[in-house]
Amino acid sequence: MSVPEPGFLERHLRERRAAGAKLLVPYVTGGLGPRWTEVLEAMAAAGADAIEVGIPFSDPVMDGPTIQEASQRALELGATPTAILDAVDAVDAGVPLVAMTYYNIVYRGGHRRFAHALSGNGVSGAIVPDIPLEELDPWARAAESEGVETVLLAAPVTPDDRLALICERSHGFVYGVSAMGITGERQSLAASAGVMAKRLKAHTDKPVLLGFGISTPAHAVEACAEADGVVVASALMRRLLDGASPDQIGSAVAGFRQALDAG
Amino acid sequence: MESRDTAALMREPTPEGRFGRFGGRFLPEALVPACQELEAAFRAAWADPAFHDEYLGILAANGRPTPVSECRRLSERLGVRVLLKREDLTHTGSHKINNVIGQALLTRRMGKTRVVAETGAGQHGVAAATAAAMFGFECVIYMGEVDVERQALNVFRMKLLGAEVVPVGSGSRTLKDAINEAFRDWVSSVETTHYLLGSVTGPHPYPWMIRELQRVIGDEARGQCRAILGGADPDYVVACVGGGSNAAGTFAGFVDTGARLVGVEPAGGAAVGRGIPGVVHGSLSQLLQDEHGQIIEAHSVSAGLDYPGVGPEHAHLADVGRAVYVPAADEEVLAALRLLATTEGIIPALEPAHAVAWVIRAAGTDALPTGSTVLITMSGRGDKDAEHVMGMLDAG
Ligand SMILES: Cc1ncc(COP(=O)(O)O)c(C=O)c1O
Repeated sequence: MSVPEPGFLERHLRERRAAGAKLLVPYVTGGLGPRWTEVLEAMAAAGADAIEVGIPFSDPVMDGPTIQEASQRALELGATPTAILDAVDAVDAGVPLVAMTYYNIVYRGGHRRFAHALSGNGVSGAIVPDIPLEELDPWARAAESEGVETVLLAAPVTPDDRLALICERSHGFVYGVSAMGITGERQSLAASAGVMAKRLKAHTDKPVLLGFGISTPAHAVEACAEADGVVVASALMRRLLDGASPDQIGSAVAGFRQALDAG
Repeated sequence: MESRDTAALMREPTPEGRFGRFGGRFLPEALVPACQELEAAFRAAWADPAFHDEYLGILAANGRPTPVSECRRLSERLGVRVLLKREDLTHTGSHKINNVIGQALLTRRMGKTRVVAETGAGQHGVAAATAAAMFGFECVIYMGEVDVERQALNVFRMKLLGAEVVPVGSGSRTLKDAINEAFRDWVSSVETTHYLLGSVTGPHPYPWMIRELQRVIGDEARGQCRAILGGADPDYVVACVGGGSNAAGTFAGFVDTGARLVGVEPAGGAAVGRGIPGVVHGSLSQLLQDEHGQIIEAHSVSAGLDYPGVGPEHAHLADVGRAVYVPAADEEVLAALRLLATTEGIIPALEPAHAVAWVIRAAGTDALPTGSTVLITMSGRGDKDAEHVMGMLDAG
């Protein structure tokens, strides 16, 4: 895949939103099994608007048991940032890709080199949850110079003044954390989700997506009452860990797609 | 190397929590407000004489000040004059009590009612559970499964004190994974819960705050040494370094003297000695990691030092050359434990036995010339390790 045009992620999501779609961004852990890039392709074919590709880290403090296990398994299978990005480069998903990792992976690679490796391998955006606003500059400078869109997270406890800054400095979309906590499946959508999305929408016209705990198509529909879209991770990775094929993951993503399209 | 102006060392970090190029606050947004709240609470408390009175008053009821004792027979044997700062004589048996009392007072000030903590050796867990009992807090302790096994006595003590102990089965199943799990709890519970971190690690303000809460070790020892040494300071001040809290508290009392500061790391977890700058658990510091940025597991006989990172201020002290960090291997640590026991009648915890091991190895060399005076922080007593050490000595 060639270097994405700068701003592809946000432009694509805005266009889809303008066309009336609710945005669906599934997640796959890079390197999780020999067929993980087929999973990525199946997600795209099933109607994903963008795809998050996890670059696993040994100590994922924001992640619950499912993504922890997925990360650990991928690392045991030899996943490295370079191998994952090389594999991504060979795929033509047709939708923007967003790398999701932790700051030490970026820091070790070198800000500029890591940003360059993303854009050079067809990845449009990056999510690095353990870089708060105060520590953002070195990465943001590198990302901007390489045309990588950095998606920032906001949490239910984030006060309004920080929320405004997060919305201003986030590119691609703004990621609202639906509930205080870590990633992982939940029985129901947290009450904080709708409030989170509403607060973000009041600050920005960038696409606002909710993530963390979106486990079923019904949750996704409920979240999209306020948000422009959702990120779905653990619910899909649990299936993959349980042995689902790329086609089966594709079907699960299609289930979310259909529910969102039906409203 | 930066300036060696020692007067500027071990003061407040920058507003971003930096010590030189290390430190900072690398956390998800969800935890930033809690760190800001903690920083504000600590600043206000630390400027408040009433807070100091209460903090020192509680410590006085729990064994402070601790003595500095002479090691006559060991000194004779090594040819250097060895003094010990006896944190092993505090209530709960280690320096960890200094930190937890301070943080418990802050927890109460912030109106929180629950604390979570990580523990390796179990000393911080026991101290945290003790403070929680004293203040009536709910208390959950995360501990790696490997450590639950090798520090069984402390697990039992924590439970007796009313804490819930949660074994952590992910990753290396030691201290680093217990910290991950404590952060995961905290991000879900932050509105009612304080994360009672045990060492000078983590996001700003923890490394600074915990050094300040531990500086009572160094402040006391400085005066005590002067009384013993006719107004002089020791030539060497030595402490073991896991995250580095007993060392930071000790060094803080001597950083502006002529004493050489020596931190002793486990050979299998020498983050300052063999690490590479990186970010884990909220701060930028020296870190054992591979070429891709994955954290490498530490390996040490001592659960309390089995950690791949180190407090950022130690990375800075090493950077500017004010302190040196040296390794001690498991075998020499066990030998040091035995030698201190048989010459002085003190059974140290495995952690401070690292500091003793370096002194034994270095005594009479250029690193610690004959005739020098050396203060070692005896950060904890060895009861918790008795069973584990028994097994190793039998086997070896
Ligand atoms: C007795 C004792 N000393 C030292 C340590 C290491 O911690 P730190 O380096 O923070 O002093 C521990 C940790 O559990 C301990 O129990």
